[in-house]
Amino acid sequence: MKVLVPVKRVIDSNIKARVKSDQTGVDLANVKMSINPFCEIAVEEAVREKEKGVASEVVAVSVGPAQAQETIRNALAMGADRGVLVQTDADPEPLAVAKLLKAVIDEEKPDLVLMGKQAIDGDNNATGQMLATLLGWPQATFASKVEIEGSKAKVTREIDGGLQTLEVDLPAVVTADLRLNEPRYASLPNIMKAKKKPIDVKEAASYGVDIAPRLTVLKVTEPPKRVAGVKVESAAELVNKLKNEAGVI
Amino acid sequence: MAVLVIADHDNAHVRDTTNKTITAALKLSGDVDVLVAGKGCDTAAAAAAKIAGVRKVLQAESDTLDEGMAEAYQALVVPLMANYDAVLTPATSAGKNIAPRIAAALDVSQISEIIEVVDASTFVRPIYAGNALETVKTSDAKKVITVRTSLFAAAASEGGSASIEKIDAPTPPTHTHFLGQEVVKSDRPELAAAKIIVSGGRAMGSAEEFQRVIDPLADKLGAAVGASRAAVDAGYAPNDYQVGQTGKIVAPELYVAIGISGAIQHLAGMKDSKVIVAINKDADAPIFQVADYGLVADYKTAIPELMDALTAAGK
Repeated sequence: MKVLVPVKRVIDSNIKARVKSDQTGVDLANVKMSINPFCEIAVEEAVREKEKGVASEVVAVSVGPAQAQETIRNALAMGADRGVLVQTDADPEPLAVAKLLKAVIDEEKPDLVLMGKQAIDGDNNATGQMLATLLGWPQATFASKVEIEGSKAKVTREIDGGLQTLEVDLPAVVTADLRLNEPRYASLPNIMKAKKKPIDVKEAASYGVDIAPRLTVLKVTEPPKRVAGVKVESAAELVNKLKNEAGVI
Repeated sequence: MAVLVIADHDNAHVRDTTNKTITAALKLSGDVDVLVAGKGCDTAAAAAAKIAGVRKVLQAESDTLDEGMAEAYQALVVPLMANYDAVLTPATSAGKNIAPRIAAALDVSQISEIIEVVDASTFVRPIYAGNALETVKTSDAKKVITVRTSLFAAAASEGGSASIEKIDAPTPPTHTHFLGQEVVKSDRPELAAAKIIVSGGRAMGSAEEFQRVIDPLADKLGAAVGASRAAVDAGYAPNDYQVGQTGKIVAPELYVAIGISGAIQHLAGMKDSKVIVAINKDADAPIFQVADYGLVADYKTAIPELMDALTAAGK
């Protein structure tokens, strides 16, 4: 079984995004970039399927700038076999990314697409669902457990207020939620080995897919700042303030 | 221009998130219809018809709709979009599961988690875990929008008198099978709709301690219980308690954070609360930078004192 894992290069999750003073976007110059944490969980899950002997090959695919090769190398160091970079300096919207991924999938013909539920930059939570729709494949989003049984996947999903279990026929798109697994740290020997694994670089334009943006960003601003209030000395003072000053209890 | 709202409901009741999404929809158009899809959902459809500002309720019933299956919603909603210029759903797990499918099938970009309607094609939405706000204008003819409901007031549950039209459910999807569902039952209010939330963090140290400390305080205040991601990851609280960018986004009247340091991802989920209280023994914890009232104290002594003070105040 072949598993394809899309991965995105994003600002490192430990770094606070800062808005540019000209309001054109978030400042990414000289900021540490990493693999999107939800993509990392998807890579881990795919590699575990390979270690169990369920998956035969894991292909990491990124849509992004030349530097996204580093993100693919990250997935290769975790255990993916090879990479595909769909290179573009544009910042394509989820619909465009889904179209490009579909074009790659039409060539690669994987049995399963495992991907993060959302990227921590755009916070859209849309690409996986869009990809499943364009492919006409079943989807199982927000997975906290995935069990492959033959030509089916049993997926436990995080839903509002609980958990749901679906069985989807493969090929399918599964998106990873936080609790699916804890991704491993790549070991130094595996990082070295990953440097020798192949990455196929293709220009996004070569797929002949419409990736023109549909949304125009008019401005990006700082959210309104909350100002720190007062420190109280005791629980009794707190209750008094909540009751008589804020009027919330 | 008419707008369709996909209702969030449990067949018997319409959730507050629906009323809030209707408020957002009414900023786009005066012609707002509501889709109630489920099974045995007459009561919910009747409740939706009473919400102020609703023009018409569409009711569809099937097992796969009731199970929230995304393929079923796509098959139901996409043909309906011939009559609408926009469809809005609350950005709940269920809404986020289905809206991108509708968008992709219509070949439009989704406008995710809006917090403000500037005009009929311009919206404000948080990006980077709420550390930036993006104002976007869409060029798509049809709009597919998810709504971060905590920033919109709820449309009144009474005052409307919309008609209810039953529509056919789509053919069920053949490659997705529902195996089961476990929904946690609780007497406490739901996190997303609660007026008061008491949340615990990693400082609790164990699931037993979390329940011993947080639950009685929440019950005393009639509050919902929340947790930081650190507490959830450590196994002290179930995942659906999680408040934050990767969990629920809430904006109650009162948010009480106990033993929560205030990581960026947690603040993104609660910083729009009206009043924030932080109790933490670390005076430098970032949570104090957003708290209206801070109490620097060990929760082990502060919470019993707080319980006594609430009792003394007649709570």
